[in-house]
Amino acid sequence: MNSGNLLPLFIAVPLGAGFLIPLAVRLKNWLGGFLALVTTGFLLVFSFSRLGADTAVYTMGGWRPPFGINLVGDGLSGFFQIMINVVAFLVTLYSVGYMKRYTAQGKYYSLLMLMTAGMNGVVATGDLFNMYVFLEISAISSYALVAFGIEHEELEASFKYLVLGSVASSFILFGIALLYSITGTLNMADIARVLDTQGSGLMVKFIAALFIMGFGVKASLIPFHAWLPDAHPSAPAPISAMLSGLLIKALGVYCILRIFFNIIDIGNSFSNVLIILGVVSMTGGALLAIGQWDFKRMLAYSSISQIGYIMFAFGLGTPLGMIGGLFHLLNHAFFKSLLFLCSGAVEYSTGTRDLRELGGLWKKMPVTSAACSIGALSISGIPPFGGFFSKIIIIIAAVDAAGKLGPIAYFLAAVTVIVSFLTLVYFVKLQKMALFGSIPEKLTHIREVPVSMWSALVILAVCCIAFGIACPWFISVFVEPAREILSDKSAYIMKVLEFM
Amino acid sequence: MVPYILCTILLLLGIYGIIAKKNLVKIVIGLLIIEYATNLLLILIGYRTGGTAPIVSDARYAAVESANFVDPIPQALIVTSIVIGLGITAMVIAICLRLYEKYGTFDILQIRRLKG
Repeated sequence: MNSGNLLPLFIAVPLGAGFLIPLAVRLKNWLGGFLALVTTGFLLVFSFSRLGADTAVYTMGGWRPPFGINLVGDGLSGFFQIMINVVAFLVTLYSVGYMKRYTAQGKYYSLLMLMTAGMNGVVATGDLFNMYVFLEISAISSYALVAFGIEHEELEASFKYLVLGSVASSFILFGIALLYSITGTLNMADIARVLDTQGSGLMVKFIAALFIMGFGVKASLIPFHAWLPDAHPSAPAPISAMLSGLLIKALGVYCILRIFFNIIDIGNSFSNVLIILGVVSMTGGALLAIGQWDFKRMLAYSSISQIGYIMFAFGLGTPLGMIGGLFHLLNHAFFKSLLFLCSGAVEYSTGTRDLRELGGLWKKMPVTSAACSIGALSISGIPPFGGFFSKIIIIIAAVDAAGKLGPIAYFLAAVTVIVSFLTLVYFVKLQKMALFGSIPEKLTHIREVPVSMWSALVILAVCCIAFGIACPWFISVFVEPAREILSDKSAYIMKVLEFM
Repeated sequence: MVPYILCTILLLLGIYGIIAKKNLVKIVIGLLIIEYATNLLLILIGYRTGGTAPIVSDARYAAVESANFVDPIPQALIVTSIVIGLGITAMVIAICLRLYEKYGTFDILQIRRLKG
């Protein structure tokens, strides 16, 4: 058989660790962090071992598609798995130091592993209902993790997030149920095949609307974004990094891409929806971020803005746009996790996130400040960091789409450039307020964070530089296989269903 | 078609509850209504008037019997979706209890420290 037999390990290993950790911490408290590190380390190696492998299908219990549940490992899944597992490993490494001040570490690592299992499951599965189940696994554990501090703000943010998130999930399930009622199958490739022969009527458009609403909330595009600026700052810093760097992508962006590029085909209207949502999100997020004084809240609004970039790039629908979108996705996962972890390090040392109370950290915390600067320069699109290349690709793709969209493409490209400038504005504000200037009186005694925390920052910062310097290599090795899957729907159907 | 429309109306009622009500408990009830609407839709998709349980009692008559089966897949999906719903309900009620401990009220107009 093929290498697909090992695919369930992506889900089974973190799921098993999630249930083992609460037992292990009863023996020794350090076992929780240790087991979590071993698990994510294994996932990291395993996801890289699948790099460049052919599309693999695992059929659960030997039931062939379209009957049983199947797992599919193709270019797009592989791309997301590498992103998820690298960031999850670094976040776990960082947590070992950061979570020392919290109680109930066993529960924390257990929930973190469940969230990782859910995200790996979402990107690996080839079954629509199974995707919903994994989505809920990671969503429920993220609700619990946002409320982990159980103080006033955390509970309020978590309640908001939970209500919006579960309404979104219900929309998604409603859509899945309707899709089942018109196609009679739940296998994603088989749904695509049936819809191809049936053609898409009004019902498919209604289902598409339900999916855009549902996954739009998960991805926090702007009319659906209300939960994100509360939930991300309230969570512990490593969880903010997971939520912002991974969860909104694995649950939101990935599902939108997989469903609308590989399963449902509703043509131009979908591209227009993505372009409008994308442009509104990127401008709105950037404008709202400028006025923020809370370190993490600013980063949260910036996430909305960057997700807007990604959606806009996919809405263009050209191969170059897809490459730009996927590469920006990869970049964003790394620099946004880096920035959130930096905000956690700042809070760890100084005890505050208010930019007005910070200043002059460069002299006291050189490693954190350097990492933070690299992240900020990368996200605002300064060469030679990764963010510059992904943004320039998106801008070129927008200009390039003029043949398809007409003159409005130039206007959209101009908006993209202006938003990139706005991004620079608020990150200059962040750096000026937090890193440079003179140290306030009460912060003169602060020290650099422990080595387990700054090592994760350094690795992420090195990745940000590497994405810029070796940009063509990363695009050809990671991004290109994922784009091939997205732009060729029939190949996906063929590859999954050839086992019939 | 009618059951689909009725389920959608039930879903919208739940959303109305979430949007319009100011009490945490009523919002939770709204969430539950949405969940039931979805489950109801799923079960109606598999429903067939006069259908039988999808169990083959005699192999010789399998072809005759299976023509009258209800669709078993939505039933399997519902069991999963009810369990997920239970998880969410437990989680949201736990958060409501904690919120009541901290703020001393269920009124969402008084639970608003996060702004901006």
